[in-house]
Amino acid sequence: MAKVLVVTSGKGGVGKTTSTAALGAALALNGQKVVVVDFDVGLRNLDLVMGAERRVVYDLINVAQGNAKLNQALIRDKRLENLALLPASQTRDKDALSEKGLARIIKELRTLFDWVICDSPAGIERGAMMAMRHADAAIIITNPEVSSVRDSDRIIGLLDAKTERAARGERVEKHLLITRYDQARAMRGEMLKKDDVLDILSVPLLGIIPESEQVLRASNLGQPVTLANPLSAPARAYNDAARRLMGDNLAINVPLERFNLLGRIFGGRAA
Amino acid sequence: MGRSYLAFVLAPELPFVDWLVELDRRVENSLSFFANRPLVLDLTSVAPTKAETVEIIAFIEERHLRLIAVEGVPLDWLPERLAPLPGKVQTAGVFQPPEGEKPVRSAPPPVAWEQEPSIGSPCAALLVNEPVRSGQSIIYPHGDVIIVGSVASGAEIIAGGSIHVYGCLRGRAFAGTNGNTNARIFCSKFDAEMMVIDGLYKTADDFDLALRGTSVQARLDRNVMNIEQMS
Repeated sequence: MAKVLVVTSGKGGVGKTTSTAALGAALALNGQKVVVVDFDVGLRNLDLVMGAERRVVYDLINVAQGNAKLNQALIRDKRLENLALLPASQTRDKDALSEKGLARIIKELRTLFDWVICDSPAGIERGAMMAMRHADAAIIITNPEVSSVRDSDRIIGLLDAKTERAARGERVEKHLLITRYDQARAMRGEMLKKDDVLDILSVPLLGIIPESEQVLRASNLGQPVTLANPLSAPARAYNDAARRLMGDNLAINVPLERFNLLGRIFGGRAA
Repeated sequence: MGRSYLAFVLAPELPFVDWLVELDRRVENSLSFFANRPLVLDLTSVAPTKAETVEIIAFIEERHLRLIAVEGVPLDWLPERLAPLPGKVQTAGVFQPPEGEKPVRSAPPPVAWEQEPSIGSPCAALLVNEPVRSGQSIIYPHGDVIIVGSVASGAEIIAGGSIHVYGCLRGRAFAGTNGNTNARIFCSKFDAEMMVIDGLYKTADDFDLALRGTSVQARLDRNVMNIEQMS
C-alpha cells in the first residue's frame, strides 16, 4: 500500500525541497518506487534540485485540469529508474489547482508508487493546505531556532485539523526532521538543542541533518545530496532517515561526534 | 456539540450621557470590532430603575450593536430575549471584606466566597489529550480545562473555570472568564506569555524569573494575582 508523505514546515528556507529530494532519492536507492510532487505552484524549485528543469513539459495543474495525462507529466529520473518527479507549474496562478483534480492525481499516484512525497510550499495558505490534504504521514522540517520551531508547531496543529485523515477522525503520522543542525553552535547556546526542539514540539524524531556545504553544492548541481555525495554526513543522515521511514530501527546520532572527528582530522575547520 | 464564543461586556458608568458619547466614539473608531460581536450589557454599577433600564437598552440597540443579554437588573425588567446568561457568576453578593480590615494572607476565605461558582452549571471539565499547538485556541466557558501536554507559544486556553496544564505552559491562559474569581491556573512547567484570571492579567514581564520552568499555580487574592511555586 502506497504511503503519501507531506514534507512541510510553515517557515520558508528551512530545507523542505532539499529534504524532499534527498529522502526521495534515498528511498529509491533502497529499492522503493518513489514520486516527488512539487506543490509550490509559481515558485517551483524541486525540478532544479532534482536536475530536471529542462525536462518539464506538463505539470501538476495540467494533469489536475485534465489537459495532460499523468504519464505525460511524470519525469523519470535519469539516475534512478524507480524515482520520478511531478513538477509544479511555474506560470499558473496558485489557485488553479482544484481539490477534485488533486484527489484524482493522488489516487492514481498511489497505484503507481510505494511513496508519494509532497513538497509543500512555505506558509499556511491554500498551497500548503493542498499539499497536506491527502497525507498519511508528515515530515516536519525544523531548523534549531525559535521562529522555525514555532512555525512547525503551527503546522502540526493544522495537520490535525485540515487533512483528509483528520476529517475521517484519524491521525496523521508525524515525524520531525531537524535540518541545518550545528552541534557546536547548539552547545554554545547559539541554536536550540535537539532536546529543546523535541520538548517544544513533542513529535518523534526522524533524524538530524547536520549543517553542511555539501547540501548547497548538491542543490546547485541539480542533484539530491544522497546521490551527489552518498558518503557525506548529510547524505548518511538522510539515508538513515529514509530507512527509519521504511521501518528500520536505527539509533539516531547527533552528528556532532562525526563532525568533531572530521574537524580534528581536517584541522578543526568550524562551520 | 454547541458553539462556544466570547461576548464582549459593556458596563455603562455614570453619568450615562458621557458614557454614551464615549461608546459612540469607540464604535466609530473600531467598526470591525463591534460588527456582529455579541455584547452583554452589565448594569450592576449603574443600578438603574426599570424605566431607565428600558431606555438604556433602547439607546444601545439603536446603535445596531448586537445585544444578547443584560445583567445586573431583575429578570422581569427585561424582554425574554435579553435574559442574563445562565451560569454567570454575579459579582453582587460576593463576600467583601469589611473596610479597614487588613487582608490576612493565610486565612482561608469565608464560606460565602467559596460557594459562588458552584451555583452555576455543574459542567464537567474539558479534557484535552494532546499538546495545544501555536495558533490554536481552546475555548471552554463552561468549566475547567485540563491539558495533558504542553501549550505552545502562540496558543491560548480560555476557560470559565480553572486551567490545569500537565506539561509546559508557554502560551496564554485565561481562567475564570465568566467572572469566576476563584479560578486558578496550574501548570507543571511555567513559561507562559500571559496569565489572566477573571480579567486581571500578568504578562511575562511581570513574572518572577525564578518561577520559570517550575510548577506553579496562579490565583487571585483580593484582586491581586499571585503566582506561587508548588512543591
